[in-house]
Amino acid sequence: MWRQAYWDEPLITEYKGKGRQGFLVPKENIEAEIKLPEKIRRGREPELPEVSELEVVRHFIRLSQMSFGVDTGMMPLGSCTMKYNPKIEEETGVFERTHPLQDQDTVQGNLEVMYEMQRWLAEATGMDECSLQVPAGSAGELAGVLMIRKYHREQNRRRGEMLVADSAHGTNPASAAMAGFSVIYIKSNQEGLVDLDVLKGTISENVAGFMLTNPNTLGLFEENIKEIADLVHSVDGVLYYDGANLNGILGIVRPGDMGFDIVHLNLHKTFGVPHGGGGPGAGAVCAKGKMVEYLPYPVVVKGDRYSLVKPERSIGKISVFNGNFGNLMRSYAYILGLGGKGVSMIGKMSTLATNYLIAKLRGVKGLELMAPHRFRKHEVVFSAKKLAEETGVTAFDVAKALLDRGFYAPTIYFPPNVEEALMIEPTETEPVEVLDQFAEAIKEIVEKAYINPSAITSTPQNTAVGRLDQVKANHPSTVTPTYRVLRSRLPNQGRK
Amino acid sequence: MDNHPWLPNISRIQDMLREIGVEEIDELFQDVPEDLILRRELKVGYDSPLSEEEIRWRLGQVAERNLKLKYPPFLGAGAYPHSIPSVIKFILSRSEFYTAYTPYQPEVNQGLLQALFEYQSLMAELLEMDVVNSSHYDWGGSLAEAVLMAHRINGRRKVVVPESINPLHEQVLRTWISGKELEVVKVPTGKDGKVDLDFLSSLNPDEISSVYVQQPNFFGVVETELEYVTEWARKNNVVSIVGVSPLSLGLIKSPGELGFDIAVGDGQELGIPLNFGGPYSGILATRMDMKLVRQMPGRIVGMTQDVNGKRGFTLILQTREQFARREKATSNITTNEALMALANAVYLSLLGRNGIKELAIEIYKRSHYALKRMEDEELGTRKWESDFFEEFTFVFRSDYDRIHSELLKRGIHGGLKLGPREALFCVTEVHTKRAIDDLVNAIKEVV
Repeated sequence: MWRQAYWDEPLITEYKGKGRQGFLVPKENIEAEIKLPEKIRRGREPELPEVSELEVVRHFIRLSQMSFGVDTGMMPLGSCTMKYNPKIEEETGVFERTHPLQDQDTVQGNLEVMYEMQRWLAEATGMDECSLQVPAGSAGELAGVLMIRKYHREQNRRRGEMLVADSAHGTNPASAAMAGFSVIYIKSNQEGLVDLDVLKGTISENVAGFMLTNPNTLGLFEENIKEIADLVHSVDGVLYYDGANLNGILGIVRPGDMGFDIVHLNLHKTFGVPHGGGGPGAGAVCAKGKMVEYLPYPVVVKGDRYSLVKPERSIGKISVFNGNFGNLMRSYAYILGLGGKGVSMIGKMSTLATNYLIAKLRGVKGLELMAPHRFRKHEVVFSAKKLAEETGVTAFDVAKALLDRGFYAPTIYFPPNVEEALMIEPTETEPVEVLDQFAEAIKEIVEKAYINPSAITSTPQNTAVGRLDQVKANHPSTVTPTYRVLRSRLPNQGRK
Repeated sequence: MDNHPWLPNISRIQDMLREIGVEEIDELFQDVPEDLILRRELKVGYDSPLSEEEIRWRLGQVAERNLKLKYPPFLGAGAYPHSIPSVIKFILSRSEFYTAYTPYQPEVNQGLLQALFEYQSLMAELLEMDVVNSSHYDWGGSLAEAVLMAHRINGRRKVVVPESINPLHEQVLRTWISGKELEVVKVPTGKDGKVDLDFLSSLNPDEISSVYVQQPNFFGVVETELEYVTEWARKNNVVSIVGVSPLSLGLIKSPGELGFDIAVGDGQELGIPLNFGGPYSGILATRMDMKLVRQMPGRIVGMTQDVNGKRGFTLILQTREQFARREKATSNITTNEALMALANAVYLSLLGRNGIKELAIEIYKRSHYALKRMEDEELGTRKWESDFFEEFTFVFRSDYDRIHSELLKRGIHGGLKLGPREALFCVTEVHTKRAIDDLVNAIKEVV
């Protein structure tokens, strides 16, 4: 049986050492007096630990043993595309030492990689050009909606409304709001697709654009995409593609061919960059036709050498330098390793995995599927509403019970148009035997829920700790965001 | 293709299709309009998969096209060459961290959560601020988020920034606030290279939402009157924001001690390679005042207990975030720079209380040594008499372009050009005395 390690490991700030140091600071024999005026010198030494190199290493290795990644076990997180990250990606370290403000002539190799990535990502999405400025997906969305905003301004009109599907990722409305738009939700129909009648009734000269992901967050392909694009374009609106779900159709159908004008990509989802415990990722924002000139700068162009340029009507910079270049390199290695042939298979193989898992889980008591006759693409959303009603075991409990069985949990309670949602994305990199084991785990949990629900609601037991006290974590009188705050509450506020 | 190490199910396609009850994979895409289907392979990569050996070869080929420098570049301006302990790469490569997702399932991610809590805690000690979130993309992004946070707090529409702000940070800021149509007001640089406080106090504060200063400023100059800025802000209900080089805090007064409401900066200096511009790690910190904390963007890890009373960690105050609040969220940020924040935590643990001070002093000394050598050799003059940290602006006797290209011929990358004869030089602990002497001697030959 799987059990996670548990170390009763203190905080590094609680180590008791004195006078130790884990790194030798390089020193030169230089006679120079510190002339900074006393009044701007630091008053108190920072309360940082005094520990040796071994203590630091052992501390963080122990913490790593109380964590879980794709390399540990399957992570079926819907809309997160937790695929395997090939290790060859780590052989890109030689590029780490280049400074972003070096003369362009001295970094032609870096620029060549950026240029190739721009070309390849434009090809994969059916767009004309890409900017690699955006360090992550939501920054790509912000760039995209700011491009839409600027486009309309330059047509001398203020368009205040941004349409968003009700099943959209939360980042879509949040990005639209950051760009100053008011958000209008487009309700899904009974099949889980954009309701064309609702869209027809909503579209107007106030609409700046429509943010959509296809396949949507139910894993369903928006089969009316051409009509949707025509409707949005009929008022000169801009159709925006949220690339978070590209994995299910990569190599089959391209956003540009569907009628999208702007696309953002998450290279940490679709193109193999590791998630790093929440980041860093890497992104791209790509555009077609008239929208290309609005891309964030710089963009790499190729003449007799590679150079960084600013598109004519660029919205500006999104990150300080060249986006997350280190992760572009990883993604570059990933694409080389798959080649055009391999990348073209991703959509097929991930969709195959999803529908295989559905076949394995179809008919499990208590779990329901909206529009059950439709094939899913990258992901599938089951509703555990019936299970919750009949046994008291919720989607939350199922997630925790999966942790006890050595699987990471699916995304839960999302999308909002499915009650008790369990959103599962297997990806193309999980071997079929693991998909079988995962399906068996779900079946076993559900069976147990009908016999002895408390055996499920008391999970997890095999993880480093059990369920956490969220009230204590969030209550203003007990909320503890740093050790500094904890220390201030200690009786004698002891400094070292 | 019958086999690929990253696509394990190619050999099982028929079995899987049988289970689903279809004959061909294409049937799974029957809902995609026929005429939209791409009937060719994507032209990405080099057609066929490359083996590891071939990938290595290609990476080597590309690396060859970069100029091999004799020393780390004498370039800063927001990204600084520093010595990176080998422990960091080792710990960051631990798969349990490296391939983890955002720790939304706390029970199985205690280690990652504790490590991020430690990042927040160590950064809080360095800044002497109470609350630190678990990272933004970079300094510019943090600054933009801080300015938007201030706007949510007081609803005003103007942000005051100095001329001595890093111009790239300002460009990022302007992009991010363009949607909310906030206005940037600039404060000139005084004759001493510091922010002109008389100009600041002459501004009508009524419409000002926040005031930002950078320490040390873009020109390397250490600002000496920042208490004045925080007092002016407090008096006028303006949110005060400071951007700091975290390593300078081994020597220089912290944002907390100066009384700032929000501190931002980049963790790049604390154990993150130059990476040609990213990934870095945006720092964002504030005081323990719920009025500020509730408007904070980004993820925060907090300490609590589990059902058995064991100490535990979890993401807190999540009702601020996009997945919970959608268009009413404090930010759209989702993916952040968690692994880079972890690098910062390991770095601060290794250097510790004493190392951080030693290192700041060493950087101070080396940068001053470089300036002194340039002055002694009469290559030109420093632009400002005011004291500096890590970077200084130098005005050469002759055109900088020529100096720069002559340096490159010798494998040395000089500073960032700021004017026809002016450049911003960065000198840190990675620049040995010999490297500095080499730089100065090379300039002497051509100036």
